[in-house]
Amino acid sequence: MDELEELYQEIVLEHNRKPRNFRKMDDPTCTSHGFNPFCGDTITLYMTLDEDVVTDVSFEAAGCAISKASASLMTQAVKGRTVDEAQATFGKFHNLVTNGANGGEDDESLGDLVVLAGVRSFPTRIKCATLSWHALRGALEGEETVSTE
Amino acid sequence: MISKTAKALDVQALRADFPILERVVNGKPLVYLDNAATTQKPRSVIQSLVDYYENYNANVHRGVHTLSMEATDMTEAARKRVADFINAPEPETVIWTRNATEGMNIVAHSWGRGNIEPGDEIVTTPMEHHSNLVPWQEIASERGASLRFIPLSDDGTLDLSDLDAIITERTKLLAFTHASNSLGTINPAKLLTEKAHAVGATVLVDGAQSVPHMPVDVEDIGCDFLSFSGHKMMGPTGIGALYAKRELLEGMEPFLTGGEMVLQVSYEKASWADLPWKFEAGTPNIADSIGMGAAVDYLSALGMENVREHEKRITEYALERFKEIEEVDVFGPEDPELRGGVVSFHNEDVHPHDLGTFLDQQGIAVRTGHHCTMPLMSKLGVVATARASFYVYNTEQEIDALVDGIKGALRYFGNGLA
Repeated sequence: MDELEELYQEIVLEHNRKPRNFRKMDDPTCTSHGFNPFCGDTITLYMTLDEDVVTDVSFEAAGCAISKASASLMTQAVKGRTVDEAQATFGKFHNLVTNGANGGEDDESLGDLVVLAGVRSFPTRIKCATLSWHALRGALEGEETVSTE
Repeated sequence: MISKTAKALDVQALRADFPILERVVNGKPLVYLDNAATTQKPRSVIQSLVDYYENYNANVHRGVHTLSMEATDMTEAARKRVADFINAPEPETVIWTRNATEGMNIVAHSWGRGNIEPGDEIVTTPMEHHSNLVPWQEIASERGASLRFIPLSDDGTLDLSDLDAIITERTKLLAFTHASNSLGTINPAKLLTEKAHAVGATVLVDGAQSVPHMPVDVEDIGCDFLSFSGHKMMGPTGIGALYAKRELLEGMEPFLTGGEMVLQVSYEKASWADLPWKFEAGTPNIADSIGMGAAVDYLSALGMENVREHEKRITEYALERFKEIEEVDVFGPEDPELRGGVVSFHNEDVHPHDLGTFLDQQGIAVRTGHHCTMPLMSKLGVVATARASFYVYNTEQEIDALVDGIKGALRYFGNGLA
C-alpha cells in the first residue's frame, strides 16, 4: 500500500479529521464558492484582506479527505501572506500535485503543502487537492462561483 | 417474481468466459463491482466483433456484394434476437441507438415535440438517472408542460399511496426507471403502466438497469417505450436499443435525417424509409449491434430467471454482511425481491472518494459519486455515495473482500491505523 500511504500521509489524515480554520466568517472581504462536478465536493472560502495582505482565511466544505486537508493546509499557507504571494503559491502547488515534488526551492517554500505531492500518482484526485485553491483564486478575482472543470 | 424453474448457475465456470476477470489490479485479483456503470464482456461478444472486422466488414443495406449482404443479415439477425429478448412483437419495433440515453432523447424529441402540449404534465420519479430527467425538463420547458414526481418512501421504494392524484387526465407521459441505478429499487412497471394507460398517458420505461439483470417482457408490462444499453448487458459500448409500439413509431418524425433513413429523395424533399430504418440515419454501428446480439445469446443461454436469482442471492448476502458494519448506512429497500444487485452506502467519516481509492488499492472496483442522480443524492442528504453493483459473475468471496475492505477503510480514515 505504498502509494496509498504516500497519498494519505498522516498529516493529511490529521487535517481531514481536524481541519484548521474550518468555520464561517462573519464579515469577509471576499468569498467564493467552489464546486467539483466530478465528485460533488463543495467549498465556501472566506477571506479578510488588509490592503493586499490576507489577514484571515477560513472555509466550510463537504468533500473527501484530500480536498478537506488541502483546504486546511492552504489556509495555513496563505494566512499573513500578500495576495501576490498567495497566487504564486497556487502556481507552485499546482505544479507539485501535477508533476510531483522536485526537491528544489519550490518544495521548500511550500512547507507542509508538500505532503500532498502523492496526489500526483492518482490523476483522478488532483482536482480534489486544487479545489480550495481555485476557490481562493475565485475570491481574489471576484468570481462568486468557481468549478474545477 | 422469480420463476420456480430458476436454477443455480455455475459461477466459477462462467467466470472463465470473461477474460478480464483474470486481471490483477494493484497487485490484487480484480473484484469488479461496478456493473451498474458497465459490465464485463464474455469472449463470445469480443469474438463477434473480431469476426465482423476480420471476415465480413462492409456497409449494410443497398449493397449487392456478398460482404454487404452478410453484414446486413447479421445486424438484422441481432435486431431480431434483441427483440425476442424483451418479447417485442416484431423486430421493426426495435431501433438501434447508441445507448439508453439516446433512446430517451429520441422519444423526447420525436414523440415529445409532436405530442406534448402546453399545460400537459410529465410524471416521473425522484430516482431517475439524469438521462430520464433532463430530456423531460428540456421538453417541458420548450412545450410549456410541467414535471411531476411520484414521491419516494423512506425505504427507497415509490410511495404509491397518492398515485391517483399524481397520474391524472393531465398526464401526457409517464417516464420511469424500471430499476434504480442508485438505490437498486425495482419499480412496479406493469402496475404503473396500467395506471398511466387508464388516463390515456404514454409510458416510457428506462430499462438500462433491468433488461440486463432480469426477465423483461414489453408485452407483459405493456409499456409504449423501453430504452436500454448494450454495454450494461455484456455487449459493447456505443450500442443500445429503443423499443416502441409500431403505431407510435409510425406517427413520429425522425430524430436524425440523412442517408439510410429515406425512401425517395429529390432536390426539394424526401420521404422516409420504413421502420425501423426511418430512425437510423447514417451508417449504423454495425459491429456493436452484432456484439449486442452475441451478448443477448450469452444471457439467453444462462436464462434471465437464473441471472436474476443469482443476483438476488448475492445481494441478499451483501445486505446481510453490511449489517456487520454499523457505521455504514445502506440505501434502498431491504427486501431483495424489491431490489436489483445494487448496494449504495455511505459513512459520515469516510468520503466515498477516499473509500473508492482505498478499495482500488485492493483491486476492488466500486463507483463513487452521485451516480448521475444529483437530485436524489440531495434528497438522501448526502453529496455522494459509494456503490457496489453486481452481475452474474460475482461471488460471495468478492462480497467478503468488499466488506473487509470497507472495514479496513473505516479503521484507516477513522484513527489513522491501517
